[in-house]
Order: sequence, then C-alpha cells, then structure tokens
Amino acid sequence: MAKKKIRIRAKMKGDVAEVKTLMSHPMETGFRKNKKTGEKIPPHFIKEVICEHKGNKILVASWGVAVSKNPYLSFKFKGAAKGDTITISWNDNKGESATADAKVS
Amino acid sequence: MKRRTFLKGTVASGMLSVAASAGLLTPRSVLAAWPETAFAAKSIDDALNTLLGSTTLSESGDIKIKAPEIAENGAVVPITVSTGMEAESISVFIAKNPSPLACSFALGGSTQGFVSTRVKMGETSDLIAIVKSGGKLYSAKKTIKVTIGGCGG
Repeated sequence: MAKKKIRIRAKMKGDVAEVKTLMSHPMETGFRKNKKTGEKIPPHFIKEVICEHKGNKILVASWGVAVSKNPYLSFKFKGAAKGDTITISWNDNKGESATADAKVS
Repeated sequence: MKRRTFLKGTVASGMLSVAASAGLLTPRSVLAAWPETAFAAKSIDDALNTLLGSTTLSESGDIKIKAPEIAENGAVVPITVSTGMEAESISVFIAKNPSPLACSFALGGSTQGFVSTRVKMGETSDLIAIVKSGGKLYSAKKTIKVTIGGCGG
C-alpha cells in the first residue's frame, strides 16, 4: 500500500480544534552531497501548507528548507465542531502537491 | 565558467521579474505568494524587512518558545511557539542558519497563537519567534544548543 502523504489528526478540546499533521516529504536543503557522485542534491522542499475549514483558510504556512524532513505541524483554532472536515494541502518547489482531509473527532 | 555566470544571471533576473509580477515585492502580503526573497535573505533584518515590512521589534513576555535546551539532532528540533495575543502571523528565525528565516505561519481570524513543528539547525543558535499582532511585531528568543548540526553535508 502506498505511504500516505499527509496524515491528519483533528480533535476537539473544549471549543478548540487541535490539529496535528505529519507529511511525507524529503525537505532536501540543497546542501547535502550525493556520497557517490559528490554532486549536490538539489533542494526539494514544501513551500506552502494550507489548512482549510468550511472554505476558510485557517492557516497558511510558508516554509523554507529549514523545516525538518517529514514535517510535523500542529495548530489550534476555534469555530469547528465534531464531524467537520479539515483539509490540508501542500505544494513544493518542484511543482508537486498533495492534499488530504480528515474529520474532526 | 562564463556559461554558468550567464545562466545564473538569467535565472536570477527571471526570478526577480516573476517575484515582482507575483506581488512578492509588495510589503504586508503575508497570505499572498511564497516569500522567496525572505527565505533567501542571509540576515535576519533583510528577512524581516522582506517578509514583514519592518525590523522594529518589541520583546514580549507573552510569547513562549518551547524547545529543547540541547538538541541532539540538529536536523530535527521540535519547537512550539505560543502566545496569548491575537496573532496575525508567527514567524521563526534561526539566527545562525545559512538563511535565518525558517518558517512563517499566517493565521486565520479564529486560529490560536500556537504552532508546533520541527526545524533544522546548523549549529547552536538563537531561535527567534516573531508574532505580528495588531500590525506590530513582537519577539522572543531562546538559545538552543546543537550537538550535531542539521543543515546537511
């Protein structure tokens, strides 16, 4: 089975929805060298992460190469309820993108 | 050598014109396109100016940085920045990284002043969190010791 690109956990804690997400991505800085060829491995990193809820942008993250590989992100917001859908998408410097959604529990 | 400099020049000017047309050179557009120039900036001041339009910071005790005192692995340093202020954005700078701006988060109206993520640090350095609230910039910092650098190589 293919590895899920974005894993999301969204839970209500009182009136605040707490969202935790883990994304699969190399987040290559461009500083590392290929050990065999000695060439620099080109940068490959997520530039933007957008979280949406009911058509609203809850959070827009702008990332550079300093965010760790397989990035973790957690944030909180009000105005959600159990059963609502949260959508998280990212796009990277190579034009790749991914999106996933989850229900708030 | 000549070819490389020529190509570099074309790419650089190309990027600038794309940046200009994408409105990246306009200040205060946090929710707009990806801030390329800010991420390329080599100094915190340059990054601050490009990203947030100012370098005027007020230190705030209402910004908490949760991060390890000593990061064993500089490639994965877990950090949490939280504040009780109504935050429009939270930005994280790592002073001694090749490019100090690590990440920036634009927060929606009902989003709390809280972000948690993991960053790379090349060496022991100050981690500076900047919160934009009410149009002003507030800052807090924490020194994180790094035993094995996480930038690469």
